[in-house]
Amino acid sequence: MKIVVCAKQVPDTTEVKLDPKTNTLIRDGVPSIINPDDKAGIESALQLKEKCPGSSVTVVSMGPPQADIALREALAMGCDNAILVSDRAFGGADTWATSSTIAATLKKLDYDVIITGRQAIDGDTAQVGPQIAEHLGIPQVSYVEKMDVEGDDTIVVQRQFEDRHQVIEVKTPCLLTALAELATPRYMSVHGVFDAYHEKEVKVWGLADIEDTVDQANIGLKGSPTRVKKSFTKQAKGAGTILNDLSDDEAVKAIVDKLQEKHII
Amino acid sequence: MVEFKLTKEQLLAKELFKNFAENEIKPIARDMDEAEKFDMDLLAKMKKYGLMGIPYSKEYGGEGADVLTYALAMEEVSKIDASTGITISVHTSLCCSCINDYASEEQKQKFLRPLVDGTKVGCFGLTEPGAGTDASGVKTTAKADGDFYVLNGQKVFTTNSGFADTFVIFAYTDKSAGTRGMSAFIVDRNTEGLSVSKDIPRMGIRAASNAEVALVDVKVPKENLIGKEGMGYKIAMGALAGGRIGIGAQSVGIAQGALNEAIKYVKERKQFGKPIAKFQNTQFLIAALQTKIDAARLMVWRAAKAKDDHENYAPLAAQCKLFASDVAVEVTRGCVQMLGGYGYSREYPVERMYRDAKITEIYEGTSEAMKMIVGGGLLR
Repeated sequence: MKIVVCAKQVPDTTEVKLDPKTNTLIRDGVPSIINPDDKAGIESALQLKEKCPGSSVTVVSMGPPQADIALREALAMGCDNAILVSDRAFGGADTWATSSTIAATLKKLDYDVIITGRQAIDGDTAQVGPQIAEHLGIPQVSYVEKMDVEGDDTIVVQRQFEDRHQVIEVKTPCLLTALAELATPRYMSVHGVFDAYHEKEVKVWGLADIEDTVDQANIGLKGSPTRVKKSFTKQAKGAGTILNDLSDDEAVKAIVDKLQEKHII
Repeated sequence: MVEFKLTKEQLLAKELFKNFAENEIKPIARDMDEAEKFDMDLLAKMKKYGLMGIPYSKEYGGEGADVLTYALAMEEVSKIDASTGITISVHTSLCCSCINDYASEEQKQKFLRPLVDGTKVGCFGLTEPGAGTDASGVKTTAKADGDFYVLNGQKVFTTNSGFADTFVIFAYTDKSAGTRGMSAFIVDRNTEGLSVSKDIPRMGIRAASNAEVALVDVKVPKENLIGKEGMGYKIAMGALAGGRIGIGAQSVGIAQGALNEAIKYVKERKQFGKPIAKFQNTQFLIAALQTKIDAARLMVWRAAKAKDDHENYAPLAAQCKLFASDVAVEVTRGCVQMLGGYGYSREYPVERMYRDAKITEIYEGTSEAMKMIVGGGLLR
């Protein structure tokens, strides 16, 4: 089985700082990590590979040259191949331009299953995975919290909803968007780290490599229909109220009264 | 001089060690110290992720990394827990190196492979009740008897012995030849006549296993002799020389771990209306301690790099251990002081680090022995 995982390098903080002038992320000085949902996707891909001998896992990331380290980490965890989709022409992409670029890359690869994370902790759109599936014209299952393989060409997945689960069988080729709960990522291994730099490689693909599969009107800042009007960091609300020395019943009543007062219930 | 920077591989490996230590060791470090027992689930994870075979060739199932990467692992792990550090160190630097450096190809495939691929754990039996800094005082004997050697004697302070599978034991095959009559043997834990006592109660590194090993008519096959008869003392001294890089790195880790805790604390702790980090006394102390840690770290890296480059690293290793262990004790003492009463309480980890630091001035060669090595070399 040929498995491709799409992973994004994101700043390691839930409080992403924005440049107020350009409305883009300030990446300097913030440590970077593999997006948690994507990392769960990598882990489940590696588990799938272990279950189906002869499989391979390729990890694809679109980003600046610094994203190399995220791909090395994926290789050190056990992925076989890595492609960094990186070109100035791709810069400033919104979800549409990003998914167009990544789909054009995937068209050049063999795949049975594509796994993306549900959403990235920096943008939180959850759009890129589903858009890639649409570009490629393959079935997609989002919010995957469990998955297993059945036979040669069928994946059984459990989707998470707020109040229920859905179990779906899907034929390959298909695209799944993974939740962080899908799998707990393994650590890199020490020899994996050295292999990632000596035995394996991170291929860098630019516009020239996907020229025949991409519509250049759909890439980069110019190919991005989204315009950010305003972005801001949320202000902290005022201090909360702490009620001490209440019995259980009094505490319940105090909370219910407050919720009613605020018209929440 | 080229540069003081780590390679990309070393930086990524450091990230792995840091994450492993934070996620797997930190949550249980205090409990292990209190229980005076090493967590076997943690040991299993250390084996699984390759922490027990870092500087050994893939040819024998090791991780294929360099000594400097191993030093980084020792630092990152010891920042969180020195007991885990010494567990890795004795296995890697002392037990495995004796086999890696002096054993035959056949012995390496048979004995080194399971040690570095994460199947087995090793320990190193040199020290005896009467043989500490003067290792020539070993009383354990090995008598040839057909296809076997028969070992008799008593080892003490044998780290990892509580759960180790493979023991490297030093014994005299010919007492009359002095240190040239000492030999090194690979002994399986399950050999009849080998027994391990309960762990010896200690001041620090309490989670590590450290016990007495008794050898009563232990029959060891002749093919388990490392190198040749009479090479034992040289093998032991070689292993200890390399081991000091690991202890140096462990010392740096203990010191940096404690200082990281202190830095976090002084920013939050308020006295006289402001965080104590705002007092110049605190700032000066932190600056002085970090400077010493950095100096110690550079000495460790220098020794590790020299070993990687097959240069004469032994005096550099002795220097780095001498300095770094002193820094570990000084820094942890300063950190307990910065945390005051809370530093002394077992609620915070710095008291454990202070207790753990002291042993770095003692094991794998005392500070006095390090001065003998360094001074002896200079005055030759």
